[in-house]
Amino acid sequence: MISACVTLGLAVGVYAISFGVASVSAGASTAQACVMSLLVFTGASQFSAVSVIAGGGTIGSALSGALLLSARNGVFGLANSRRLTGRLPTRLIAAQLTIDESTAMCAAQDDPVAQRAAFWITGGSVYVFWNVGTLIGALAGGAINPKTFGLDAAIPAAFVAMIWPQLRTSRGRMAVLLGGGICLVSIPVLPIGLPILAASLAIMIGIRRDEVTS
Amino acid sequence: MTWTLVLVLAAGAYAFKFLGLVVVGDRVLPPVLERCLALIPAALIAALIVKDTLSVGHHLVVDARAAGVGAAIVAAWRKAPVLAVIIIGASVTALLRAVS
Repeated sequence: MISACVTLGLAVGVYAISFGVASVSAGASTAQACVMSLLVFTGASQFSAVSVIAGGGTIGSALSGALLLSARNGVFGLANSRRLTGRLPTRLIAAQLTIDESTAMCAAQDDPVAQRAAFWITGGSVYVFWNVGTLIGALAGGAINPKTFGLDAAIPAAFVAMIWPQLRTSRGRMAVLLGGGICLVSIPVLPIGLPILAASLAIMIGIRRDEVTS
Repeated sequence: MTWTLVLVLAAGAYAFKFLGLVVVGDRVLPPVLERCLALIPAALIAALIVKDTLSVGHHLVVDARAAGVGAAIVAAWRKAPVLAVIIIGASVTALLRAVS
């Protein structure tokens, strides 16, 4: 599990290099790029904000798009709160590490101890690589295109591996199909960021009482 | 790019993360709500896979990523470890791009 967490961190780190490059070319200083990665720490929102600014958009439109993309972390936090119990200082740090990758790796584990370990190791590894990558990209400029190495597919591939345990129950399978389906049909019509949030509707499958395992 | 944008975005993004984690906290919820919350990763990660594999902005596209993620699905189905699934997904996508 640890090697998978670190590999995921590395793949995300290469993306961070391109984030550093993109933000500097959108007119950000190295400090602004780095502070954004340290404090915002949610990749899709950061890329979105920078690309709106680079395209000549207003601060307001950059903010609203980026915040919409980050709203899903609130939903992830809700799911993680069932597993990440602890005192307030611990939760304050856990909140910052609540992102797609840490939530997915956490949910893929069976027992509570492994779930917590997966959350902290993945969150910590991605945090380190994301920030180091941002600094390298902001200082050195863009020599690496993540797509050359298929890294844009590495992240959904990792999610595939992590979602697999959810397919063991019929309720989990239905939530996966419905969540993916809602996202697919809403991508062309809803603003960027909303299709992921809309997929939350699939959790209503849980209202169904009887669980059939097969 | 301004510091206002950086700091307001940081505050907003953190607020979402923190609220999600503390709004319910470790209170015990009715079973029906627990069942629903337990399905969040399944529903949202499925959505992320769809978005990362099949879309560019508002457009649905099938490209090298679909082949890579398809191979990753086969690997996961054959019970390959997470690390192998990631590497297979990335390398199939990279190979396809290199030859096309």
